[in-house]
Amino acid sequence: MRTLVCVKRVPMTGGKMVLTADGQALETKHLGFTISPHEECAVEEAVRIGGEVVVLTLGPAEAEEQLRDCMAIGADRGILLRTDEEWDAQSTAAAIVEAIRAEEPFDLILFGNESADAAGFQVGIRVAHALGLPVVTGLKKIEVGEGRVRCERDVGGARDVYEAPLPAVLTVLEGLNLPRYPSVPGRLRAKSKPLAVVESARPAQRLEKVRLVVPEGQGKQAEILEDAAQVVAVLQSLGVA
Amino acid sequence: MKVVVIGGGIVGNSLTGWLAELGVTDLVQLDKGPFPNPGGSTGHASNFIFPVDHSKEMTQLTLESMRQYRDAGTLHECGGIEVARTEERMEELRRRMASAKSWGIEGCRLVTPAEIKELVPFVDESILLGGFYTPSVAVVDSLRFGTLMREKAQALGAQVFANTEVTGIDVEDGRVRRVRTTRGDFEADTVVIACGVWSPRIARMAGASIPLTPAVHQMIDVGPVPRFLSSKTAVDFPIVRDMDTNMYERQDGQGLEVGSYAHRPILHEPDDIPSIEESALTPTELPFTQEDFELQLEHALQLVPEVLGDESVGIKYAINGLLSLTPDGLPLLGETPEVRGLWSAAAVWVKEGPGVGKSVAEWMVHGEPEIDLQSSDVARFYPEQRTPEHVKGRTSEGFNKTYGIVHPAEQWESNRGVRVSPFYEREKELGAVFYEAAAWERPHWYESNAPLVEEYGVNGREHEWDARWWSPIINAEHLAMRERAAMFDLTAFCVFDVVGPNALDAVQMLAARQMNVPTGRVVYTPVLAPGGGFKSDLTIMKMEDDRFRVVTGGAHGMADMKWFRDHCPDGTRIEDHTPSVCTVGIWGARARDVLASITGTDVSNEAFPFSTWQELDNGVIASRISYVGDLGWELYAPMERGAELWDALWEAGRPHGVVPAGIGVYGTTGRLEKAYRAFGAELDQDYDVVEADMAWWKVKAEDFVGKAAHVAAREREPAATLCTLTVDELSRTPLGREPIVRADGSPLVDAKGRRSYVTSAGMGPSLGKYILLSYLPPGEHGKLYVQYMEQLYPVTVDVVGSRPPFDPDNERIRS
Repeated sequence: MRTLVCVKRVPMTGGKMVLTADGQALETKHLGFTISPHEECAVEEAVRIGGEVVVLTLGPAEAEEQLRDCMAIGADRGILLRTDEEWDAQSTAAAIVEAIRAEEPFDLILFGNESADAAGFQVGIRVAHALGLPVVTGLKKIEVGEGRVRCERDVGGARDVYEAPLPAVLTVLEGLNLPRYPSVPGRLRAKSKPLAVVESARPAQRLEKVRLVVPEGQGKQAEILEDAAQVVAVLQSLGVA
Repeated sequence: MKVVVIGGGIVGNSLTGWLAELGVTDLVQLDKGPFPNPGGSTGHASNFIFPVDHSKEMTQLTLESMRQYRDAGTLHECGGIEVARTEERMEELRRRMASAKSWGIEGCRLVTPAEIKELVPFVDESILLGGFYTPSVAVVDSLRFGTLMREKAQALGAQVFANTEVTGIDVEDGRVRRVRTTRGDFEADTVVIACGVWSPRIARMAGASIPLTPAVHQMIDVGPVPRFLSSKTAVDFPIVRDMDTNMYERQDGQGLEVGSYAHRPILHEPDDIPSIEESALTPTELPFTQEDFELQLEHALQLVPEVLGDESVGIKYAINGLLSLTPDGLPLLGETPEVRGLWSAAAVWVKEGPGVGKSVAEWMVHGEPEIDLQSSDVARFYPEQRTPEHVKGRTSEGFNKTYGIVHPAEQWESNRGVRVSPFYEREKELGAVFYEAAAWERPHWYESNAPLVEEYGVNGREHEWDARWWSPIINAEHLAMRERAAMFDLTAFCVFDVVGPNALDAVQMLAARQMNVPTGRVVYTPVLAPGGGFKSDLTIMKMEDDRFRVVTGGAHGMADMKWFRDHCPDGTRIEDHTPSVCTVGIWGARARDVLASITGTDVSNEAFPFSTWQELDNGVIASRISYVGDLGWELYAPMERGAELWDALWEAGRPHGVVPAGIGVYGTTGRLEKAYRAFGAELDQDYDVVEADMAWWKVKAEDFVGKAAHVAAREREPAATLCTLTVDELSRTPLGREPIVRADGSPLVDAKGRRSYVTSAGMGPSLGKYILLSYLPPGEHGKLYVQYMEQLYPVTVDVVGSRPPFDPDNERIRS
């Protein structure tokens, strides 16, 4: 069994989003970085399935940190498609496809359902399409059998159950499992696990980001009420008291 | 008193509680964050307390804090072990045993690796040589304690506001007037900045400076640890400090916290800390930088492999926590020198918080804290020590000393050469080894004097630790001074004038001794705290009827200047001459011959007696006093004429065999042979003038600060008296602060509960003895020992009181 998990380095945001002066990115000088909770579940699932687990990202040199984090919880090696700029979903998918073709075939290719920052919901599907593989999205349960995978997703109060032949592309949701924390031996092992760095030239972008906008009211979602009278006033304004 | 306390961490809460307790009713406390955890360093503190420290002041603050935490039911005693992986560390742990005994911390003992294993079964004892076990080490709930203090203050009438950000502090006529906030303005005559890592930013709003920097302390929490699943308390096992790797490991419920002071110094700017809204956790819990912790993980794994080697134990929490660092590692307490009524209570850790709160509150309300805070006084810094270069340099250097082995004489390496005397180039040519005093470079000894070692037959020191930061040349310079004469660079003195029609009233109010003296007199005087302890000791020269010149040690000069400025009556002012005056001391048998050959002024004993000053015909001001017990003068010249003065003395001194000599002689060997007391060593607020045996024959009629307490002290038997002891055998040389004990190792405790310890230690080369000064209780002058490196060395009490062991009748200085 060989599984590839694709992840993305994203800022670990606080309550209030602050943009850079040009409006093109989040101000990250005070922020740490992580991968999305969906992707954490994807890595955890791959490690639980067993066999070789390769983790791949497209991002800046610093994204090695996220690959090492994944290796600390059990991924065996990493591939960093190094870029200096942000890529659109089409370019990202194309680069990943190229990287996958350069490898021995994978039985399973896992993505988070969507990235935590851009939330394009595209890359996994585009990769599957380019490779001619079946894709199932939004999964909360995966069971790998002999040459097949059985997966489930929540739809309202019910569940869709799919079965697909391997190799397949799956995009998963937080809640698929409870990802483990890295152990100290895991952390130490991750330091010396293999990491391939591939320099990637940015193709022409077909999608242009104009600017980011922080939604109004964001960051002030809570108000502290200092005495009972204020609480009563709020309850009255809501019509519940 | 109308007080606003800014800050709701452990310090602000403790202080507010204590101010209310001491009767301050017009009291407001603010924080920009929510309670109980407004987001400062208290909120992420590891909350454990190891009481033993080499500093008396810090230990007293810590013990007082532990008492308060315990009384509030917020302290859990779990014990703690500082473990050693190296023999050098074992030596340090033996020194910690001495400090524990000197400061009265009971139950401490050195433990073997097997005993460590018994106490903390999850360590790998095979990598350890031993440990220092303190049973009273404890974990406290600093947030709960803070809440209790805040609520107490509220019950006594204080107003407390969370989510209230300070936007400005108004100062009028040099005095704080109000605090501007997002909730409106608060009028105040006293404002306390207890804002931890934000303190510099808040102080700047009022035009003051609080020289600290926010710095990262990395910490992770791992779990669940199978062994801890059945724990009955949050901390069942003693906390382990892995001193040689600058790390600690402590149980936290089902988890284990691993913290580090080993990584590179990571400093932040107070203006660059994220807001509460922007922060993923809190503003002082910054994203963890894994690369800085890699080596630490390996070190921790070596010590606690059972826990950290367990694949099921995960790293659940990891932060770069911000805490406050200062240039000298000590807190920043007291009224700022820049703004009257603006106080600092900053750079305080959880282990000192409640003690600091009480002490600063006492200082504000009574004018004097019960615990002497001289080392922590925010007024202690010279402008050169408040610069960003200094703060960054020293805190970067100091960070890794948090668990370091720091020799008492160890010198800083960063930001040196900032203040140099006009003689600096001459001194460099003479091979001066420079130590730092108050940012000044001062020769401690001169390598060019190395031939004197053989000439005088001076011995070295056998043990590396005893000989570190020391040279036998010091003793040789001393002997050359006694036989011939020596020149000293004393430019680091703090020199300021009290000027104005009421100048006499001002100095009378502060000097314990009579200052209504003829022009031309020099008076050495204690300066007392209100409670009768020592605030300082210094010399005052009467220059003119309306001008007195104060000359005091560099280290405490700025605090002294503030004390004088604070007590100046209207129309009297302070003129600081420190930057414009340089000082050379010349003492020794031939000092008069040397001085006579550079001036036409009559410097005979008759024309120029002891304890007087004169302006020489060459414009130099000469003051005939001595801190080394020999004939001679302190010579003051304008900075720009300093080199000329040095050269003239040097040339005139050649035929007399004059040598340059360093502070090793001035501050230690020369001083101790005469049993002269030093501020900060023998003299502090804990002891009075009578106990120091420095009482003069009668108390002046005029009032002065501390008079009532001083008079009372004279009327009772002293609980201890400062004595001169000598070590019977010269195999080891204690360096100071070691306990004086009986043959069975039991400590000497006086009627006030103070223990006897070595206040100063050093060679008396002319006596051929190693001298220790120590306060001893009455009747405890028999066979005694000094405890050094866990050995007892017999000592003899040579003198009870201040009579000098060398030249007891002072014939030399009066010749």
